[in-house]
Amino acid sequence: MKDDKTIEMLQILEEDARITPAEISKMTGVPEKNVSELIGKLERKGAIIKYKTVVDWEKAGVEYIYALIDLKVNLDRDNGYDSIAERISMFPEVESVRLVSGNYDLAVIVKGKSMKDVASFIAEKISTLEQVRDTVTHFSLKMYKREGEMLHKKDADRRLAVSA
Amino acid sequence: MKHISNRVQNIHSSGIRKFFDLVLGVEDIISLGVGEPDFVTPWHIREACIYSLERGYTSYTSNWGVLELRELIADKLRGDYGVEYDPEGEILITTGVSEGMDLVLRATINPSDEVIIPEPGYVAYKPCVILAGGMPVTIDTRIDNDFKATPEEITSKITENTKAIILNYPNNPTGSTMKGSELEEIADIAVEHDLLVISDEIYAKLTYEGTHTCFSSLNGMRNNTILLNGMSKAYAMTGWRIGYACGNREILENMMKIHQYTMLCSPITAQMAAVEALRNSDDSLRKMVTEYNRRRNLIVKGLNSIGLHCFEPKGAFYTFPSIADFNLKSEEFAERLLREEMLAVVPGNAFGNAGEGYLRCAYAVSREVLNEALSRLERFVGRLG
Ligand SMILES: Cc1ncc(COP(=O)(O)O)c(C=O)c1O
Repeated sequence: MKDDKTIEMLQILEEDARITPAEISKMTGVPEKNVSELIGKLERKGAIIKYKTVVDWEKAGVEYIYALIDLKVNLDRDNGYDSIAERISMFPEVESVRLVSGNYDLAVIVKGKSMKDVASFIAEKISTLEQVRDTVTHFSLKMYKREGEMLHKKDADRRLAVSA
Repeated sequence: MKHISNRVQNIHSSGIRKFFDLVLGVEDIISLGVGEPDFVTPWHIREACIYSLERGYTSYTSNWGVLELRELIADKLRGDYGVEYDPEGEILITTGVSEGMDLVLRATINPSDEVIIPEPGYVAYKPCVILAGGMPVTIDTRIDNDFKATPEEITSKITENTKAIILNYPNNPTGSTMKGSELEEIADIAVEHDLLVISDEIYAKLTYEGTHTCFSSLNGMRNNTILLNGMSKAYAMTGWRIGYACGNREILENMMKIHQYTMLCSPITAQMAAVEALRNSDDSLRKMVTEYNRRRNLIVKGLNSIGLHCFEPKGAFYTFPSIADFNLKSEEFAERLLREEMLAVVPGNAFGNAGEGYLRCAYAVSREVLNEALSRLERFVGRLG
């Protein structure tokens, strides 16, 4: 499945989820029918998880608070990292969960409506989990880049409108 | 005008310039008229330049340019095309291909020497030949031959005064490319008539089908070719003004003589950035080329589907659609398109008489702009009936 065309489709879609199979077909020369089939296959396989929009909530006038949490966990004979990681992932407040190398085990990002919200979520739902040994919480003060997109800066087109 | 030299009075300001003045008066235009990448120079290159300033690289360089940069260019040319140039004496760093072209012409052309220029062609060639004291002799390439110069067309223009021929593939404004076997035939003519070939390969890295053939890699051409290339197009570095000229030691030495007195050297800041670009840009280059290729497919299909017949350009970032069906001159078409739809393109005749009846539409624009431009064109063409 990992052929060049598949990778190209995914790259195009990763950049622009709204692009149509017709347009992808024009750009790549792959017949539209094949594009649609391939996308269907990738969706069924779970290689395409979902089509979402990158929102700058601050610009939209809506406040959200993000916190990055470093978690140390205790493992026992029956439970490896997966079970605790998946358990934490189930909370809708949790944006992402990663197992990481280094001084702690799990890197978790939590999103909430206010600092208080986020703090109490961590205190009540995360720190109290039996396997959680230690947490360090970093509140995010300002976001500069998300999903590969710069949030506060766009390169203006500074070129002359017509040139040789 | 009493102070203006006769030589300069003999050249006209470019048709693009004229059109640019028109565009200035129109608000909210979108443009397919821009002859440079829409990408900003990749960040790692900009960052390396900032670092070079921090370390105090602010001096003149050798007249030939920074040796490290010349060595990197030699490596690239060897790796990409198998041509060998000595970084000491056969490679000169210039202030863009623009300067390289001027230098080679001034270093080689005597009064009444003729220089063959295929058209439609880049706007600077003819004026540069005239400024160097030579005589431009144009040939009209044709769309039914994908705007390639043919051996017959070239041979028909050769006289005892013919000194050189300028080639530019991939081509501005048509996007045309030439295969190795086709260039080989031109090389044979050059050898037979002892012509110098000036090969402007600034779009070489923007080749989407087939592989680019470097003219000096052809049999017997290394010593009769001046290869011009630079950072502007492939690396999205137009504003940095870095190019290079490679060729026969004697010609290069004489080009350097002019460069030394008129330019001294290319800006060191930009040379340092070019070093970084040649070292570490494979990835960013590939991404940009992939994106241009996608847009190329979009625009060629789009233009053809609205009745602007367009052959498939295999290089650069230009399309050159025909407006033959609409009974308007290129300039009229482009002016009306600008006024009625606020869409700028360049009238084909800006690139020589052979460009009359065509438009140059560049696809160095985002896909959103491209799609919007195509719908404006479609609306406009629809009204023309
Ligand atoms: C064919 C051709 N040659 C040369 C140039 C000028 O290049 P540079 O920026 O290296 O002076 C251009 C720029 O548009 C071009 O299209």
